[in-house]
Amino acid sequence: MSSPSDHHHVMPVRTYLNVFGALLVLTVLTVVVAFFDLGPLNVAVAVTIASAKAYVVLLYFMHVRYSNRIIWLTAAAGFVWFVLMLALTLSDYATRGWLPYPEAW
Amino acid sequence: MSHDASHPAHLAHHFDSPEQQNQSSSLGMWLFLAQEVMFFGGLFVAYAVYRFKYADAFAVASGHLSLFWGAVNTVVLICSSLTMALAVRCGQLGDKRGIIRYVVATMILASVFLGIKGLEYAHKYEDQLVPGPQFEYVPDFDSYSVPVTAETADPNFAGHVQLFYSFYFVMTGLHALHMVIGLGLMVWLIVKAAKNHFSSEYYTPVEMTGLYWHFVDIVWIFLFPLVYLVWRH
Amino acid sequence: MTKSRTHYLNVNHTVGSWLFTVDHKRIGLMYLGTILFFFLLGGIAAVLFRVELMTPGSTLMESETYNRLFTMHGITMIFFFLVPSIPAVLGNFLLPIMLGAKDLAFPKLNLASWYVFTIGGLLGLGSIIFGGVDTGWTFYTPYSSTYANSQVILAALGIFIAGFASIMTGLNFIVTIHKMRAPGLTWFRLPLFVWAHYATSIIIILGTPVIAITILLVAIERIFQVGIFDPALGGDPVLFQHLFWFYSHPAVYIMILPGMGVISEIIACFSRKRIFGYKVVAMSSLAIAILGFFVWGHHMFVSSQSMYAGMVFSILSFLVAIPSAIKVFNWTATLYGGSIKLDTPMLYALGFIGLFTIGGLTGLFLATMAINIHVHDTYFVVAHFHYVMVGGMVMAFFGGLHFWWPKMTGRHFSEMLGRITAVVIFIGFNLTFFPQFIVGYLGMPRRYHIYPEEFQIFHVLSTAGAAVLAVGYLLMAAYLFHSLILGKRSSRNPWKAIGLEWTIPSPPPTENFIDTPVVDYEAYDYSLERAYEDDEEDHS
Ligand SMILES: [Cu+2]
Repeated sequence: MSSPSDHHHVMPVRTYLNVFGALLVLTVLTVVVAFFDLGPLNVAVAVTIASAKAYVVLLYFMHVRYSNRIIWLTAAAGFVWFVLMLALTLSDYATRGWLPYPEAW
Repeated sequence: MSHDASHPAHLAHHFDSPEQQNQSSSLGMWLFLAQEVMFFGGLFVAYAVYRFKYADAFAVASGHLSLFWGAVNTVVLICSSLTMALAVRCGQLGDKRGIIRYVVATMILASVFLGIKGLEYAHKYEDQLVPGPQFEYVPDFDSYSVPVTAETADPNFAGHVQLFYSFYFVMTGLHALHMVIGLGLMVWLIVKAAKNHFSSEYYTPVEMTGLYWHFVDIVWIFLFPLVYLVWRH
Repeated sequence: MTKSRTHYLNVNHTVGSWLFTVDHKRIGLMYLGTILFFFLLGGIAAVLFRVELMTPGSTLMESETYNRLFTMHGITMIFFFLVPSIPAVLGNFLLPIMLGAKDLAFPKLNLASWYVFTIGGLLGLGSIIFGGVDTGWTFYTPYSSTYANSQVILAALGIFIAGFASIMTGLNFIVTIHKMRAPGLTWFRLPLFVWAHYATSIIIILGTPVIAITILLVAIERIFQVGIFDPALGGDPVLFQHLFWFYSHPAVYIMILPGMGVISEIIACFSRKRIFGYKVVAMSSLAIAILGFFVWGHHMFVSSQSMYAGMVFSILSFLVAIPSAIKVFNWTATLYGGSIKLDTPMLYALGFIGLFTIGGLTGLFLATMAINIHVHDTYFVVAHFHYVMVGGMVMAFFGGLHFWWPKMTGRHFSEMLGRITAVVIFIGFNLTFFPQFIVGYLGMPRRYHIYPEEFQIFHVLSTAGAAVLAVGYLLMAAYLFHSLILGKRSSRNPWKAIGLEWTIPSPPPTENFIDTPVVDYEAYDYSLERAYEDDEEDHS
């Protein structure tokens, strides 16, 4: 019954409350940061903070930390695939201006 | 088919052990969530492309959303994730009344979220900011201190603003739809818990609904900064 | 006695016992009936427009009708026939048996997937009945979202819903392969059919939701006129193409990978050899699944996509040819020195290898940016993907259907007619599609029915080929149907093949295995004594 994938792993309530606190702090942080003009960094910071929040939710609320490898892999696959889709699509839009179009465009 | 001691009532006949059954459910749920990531992922990619192209319009349009209510809803949803996580913990401990208590709390918080969302939608409707033929946006650059650029001077600027609202409504709308489905699942959980279907050996539905709910929370964690915090300085 | 034995078909005869069954074998057969209906529908559309194309002018129909017919052909064939064909029919039927399991991990989800698929199919059918769709199966915006004056919303919703059926099947397969393998059945003892379905399911899980959201956005834009892809509001039609092809290129592999799995099974059995380089073939399925996701831009070389992105997509497209070629080489190497028997399934498998190779190689022409500009949207493209989809996937589907027909129905079809039909289909196929390579290279664009007279000879040849192909399919329908009633009863292992499915009676009992099998041998180990073991008398 006790394997690393044991779904009976019970975390103390304290852990849940700590995670909850961290999520609230990060929410306040992301709002505060948004009021500073960081140029293009605003998006980067916002997405980084959101990713950190998502990571904490995944690890503790969703018990990924105590799950077996295939669960890790599945959780990661969704996010990695999304990032690859985003990156390849944006690679088109980001490089369009590199080659000047004829005047008529 | 008779169920002996080694084959408890909640174990389907094609599984050998409760462990195998639980792991299958768990993997199935995670695959479903991976699928969900890509479902919302398509939307996020489209959003990213337009934000990249029409940064100023998105900034102006985002400024019309209520940061206050968006932030309140974020906190409400995080609270609901906590109560849901505690409901799963009660499942692990076989605490049936605890499950019901925390699931009901989650449902109340979810309803608050949806209520606030509904008010925001109504407000956007009054302001004629719901995309479609009736959409009307009059550029008001002064109050949002957006500099007049090539993009903001574009005669189609209002169209770009409408694009933002199209994404706002589709993304938050699909998210809300997921919450409504989650509420349905929770009603089912309460019924099952009340009928004494759960024990510390078997609480898979609570666990799976929990995973689903946290995923819905994660979607919002990304939606909040991307929708409400585009331009606040 | 075979007469009194209970199996999954005769265990219960009521309609309800089929409609509410959770038996993966029955659900597979229900899928078979449903997709064959759509195959027929798509085929009828093809026959109609092939007849129209025999003359350079507009003879039988208006352009409006022609547009609706080729769209109907594309949508039904791709979304309602090819995508579910092998996974939902043969995969459903065989996967649990090949794993030594009693059923898929989620039997009710499996049944639900059939209902969801049928609802999606009915919506698709509705779009045809209420006037059809004229956008082509690709639904390019802004035509589909703003201007098309046809049943786009119904068809879009049908595809959206059918997509979830596909996701349910893929999810079920992955969990079943991970969690329900029989004792001793390690990953590298799995039949390649299972590996292929595993790879396919990964694509389904990660790709299908993207087409779902994309097609939903088109429907939303049409219903509410919100301008997500409408250039008039600053929307970007090329973005639609990105999202559409993010699914629809990998969808090619959703369609072809299960076919490759079937071919591996057939080649091994009828060469009486282990598949050459088993592990490499298994891994190449995964490589195709992963690499196949990052080549989608090769459909967009002339769409105003950035040239630099185009170069990346072109290089990646060449890379994905490597694992496909590995498979072809390894099948050929398996044939080498094997004791080859040219039974019906093997004829389809050999046809697959040849035709898929032609389809795959012409794909490399198309992935080359400069050549692509020349042949973009011509019949060259049409011929290319029909060599992959029909020459590859449909051949594999029918090869597999013949191979496992005795297992599924407990009856033998006429081997003689089977072989003749396989040859007829091979000839008909090549006559239909080879001229299209030439006419496309000469400049005949796809999706037009009015064309210069010098192209007529190619279209006449093509239509003649389509007629031969149709005769082949009808012949097959006739003898397979005949076998259901009058076919000789099959033993448990008529082809003397290796594999768990051949160790149980034909047709199998509802629970597949009385005792969970223990696997202590490698896949396709045709040196084993048990390969030649075939009890005429089924004991159960
Ligand atoms: Cu492609």
